[in-house]
Amino acid sequence: MTLTARPRTRRNPGLRRRRRRERLRTLAFLSPWLLGTGLFFLYPLATTAYLSFTRYDGFVSPRWDGLDNWTFVFHDYPFFWPAMRNTLWFVVVLVTLRIVAGLVLGLLVIHVKRGHSTLRTIFYAPFLAPPVAGTLAFVFLLNPGTGPVNTILAHFGVSAPNWFNDPSWSKPALTMLALWGVGDLMVIFMAALLDVPRELYEAAALDGAGAIRRFRHITLPHLRPILLFAVITGVIATMQYYTEPIVAGQVASGQIAGSGNQFEPGYPNGSTLTLPQLVYNLGFQRFDIGAACVVAMVLFVLSMVFAAFLMGRGHGFLAGED
Amino acid sequence: MAVTVVEPRYRRRRLLEWVALHSFAVALALLFVLPFVFVMLTGVMTDQQSLTREYWPQPFAWHNLVDVWHTPGFSTWWRNTIVYAVFGTALTLLSSLPVAYALAYFRFRGRNVAMMVVIATMMLPPQVSIIPLYLVWAQNFHLTGTLYPLIIPLAFGDAFSIFLLRQFMLTVPREYLEAARIDGCGDLRTMLRVVIPMIRPAIAAVGLFQFFYCWNDYFGPQIYASENPGAWTLSYGLQTFKSAHHTNWNLTMAATVLVMAPVIVLFFLAQKAFIEGVTLTGVKG
Repeated sequence: MTLTARPRTRRNPGLRRRRRRERLRTLAFLSPWLLGTGLFFLYPLATTAYLSFTRYDGFVSPRWDGLDNWTFVFHDYPFFWPAMRNTLWFVVVLVTLRIVAGLVLGLLVIHVKRGHSTLRTIFYAPFLAPPVAGTLAFVFLLNPGTGPVNTILAHFGVSAPNWFNDPSWSKPALTMLALWGVGDLMVIFMAALLDVPRELYEAAALDGAGAIRRFRHITLPHLRPILLFAVITGVIATMQYYTEPIVAGQVASGQIAGSGNQFEPGYPNGSTLTLPQLVYNLGFQRFDIGAACVVAMVLFVLSMVFAAFLMGRGHGFLAGED
Repeated sequence: MAVTVVEPRYRRRRLLEWVALHSFAVALALLFVLPFVFVMLTGVMTDQQSLTREYWPQPFAWHNLVDVWHTPGFSTWWRNTIVYAVFGTALTLLSSLPVAYALAYFRFRGRNVAMMVVIATMMLPPQVSIIPLYLVWAQNFHLTGTLYPLIIPLAFGDAFSIFLLRQFMLTVPREYLEAARIDGCGDLRTMLRVVIPMIRPAIAAVGLFQFFYCWNDYFGPQIYASENPGAWTLSYGLQTFKSAHHTNWNLTMAATVLVMAPVIVLFFLAQKAFIEGVTLTGVKG
């Protein structure tokens, strides 16, 4: 801990010794992370970049192959563009709906006086359901044969879709699952909403502004940074969207993807494919490690672009430095 | 005069608003609870009943929960998950605390770059680095099919935990650190005796997050453990449950309950730490 100012003179041997000791101490404290970053971030990243230019099946050593894998993934691999399109769909629909739902729930819980903390608990709890368990629960709830949702809809005379077994309804079904787990956003929005100065609302009410105008002109501007944060982290989470779609596809189809088996990913009909699933499909099912590394690099670049947004926009991520 | 006319109407409007708001809240709360309810009800139905469209178990087949426990593998998955979560959490905290301390209080060249790398690794999908890592674990260490590739990396600091712990550490008033230094405490002693006791709730929150992360992790076990059923965790085993055992939804839902239960119970025990932790990830920054 350097609470003292950095020593100015280089002549003083005592100070120099102390600076060296400080450097060693910093290194010692950082050592787990320095090792970890090297072993589990930089090394794999460099290797992934290298392997993306080679032909490699995991057994015979990699052979330089130029841009072959890249053209294969972008031109001939049938799942790449569907996965990109699905990702875009999830960004536009799922991320937006999650933010709207989180905001609505946050506003609701804040305005309800009685049972405030019970409500908060109820809305938050599903966020903690293990993703595999939550996905299984929703595949059951929405199954066309005995699922309670379609049974209830039938009572009202609605002919319900096949959800996870229908290519045009599987993404909406996954969206419902994601909305059930919106509790994290709700809690973040609640904290931001409580930070808006009360006097502003009172002054606006005295001036005759209705609830909607108060929301538009006071609440929303105050929430802008946190909304931006939610959008960017939502996009980043979509890049990582893996467990729910792959488990939903596997359980709904009754097939488990395994090492080397050719079970087609993204059931039904590629509609639940996301980019991370392609890494698994190419690398661990088709043993086309070069092509898998191409997708990994695409994922890396996309994630870093949005991470840079997040850091660039500040949002106080690096705040509190000194 | 005008006042006496407006008042009751205004009050009635307020009352209507109150009723509308509260009915909306109750309706939504029901919507959020119902999935849990249906899962639990189906989990205790008999085999025959789970093939029907009925909601209410008749009779309650409580033995389903015991039967699930005794299906081959289930107790092994439990044990593996607990090993992964407990050792993973302990190692994460041990390795991340000093790093967070250095990033919060030490001044050194490259600290901002280090923070940026921490945030970048936090945002990185695990799939980006999985192939070289898998190859090393499989070819150089022959440790695939065990829990080691899942647990060992956590001994080298976890970006999210480092980030969160650092943010909490920045809230400790500088005077305490100053006082410890004047009393002759080195950094290690300051960290152990001053900072860690002061951010104990934060450590609880970070520990819980990591515990949940391990408990819920699907991708890691899928990559490293899937080849050996003896190393499966609950998350990985659960998805194979329905197809592997040709069971009906009732046993699958009973298994789902058994996987969800510990997490939900833990949440109720430590609700405050949790919600504070989530809030800090977003708001404080």
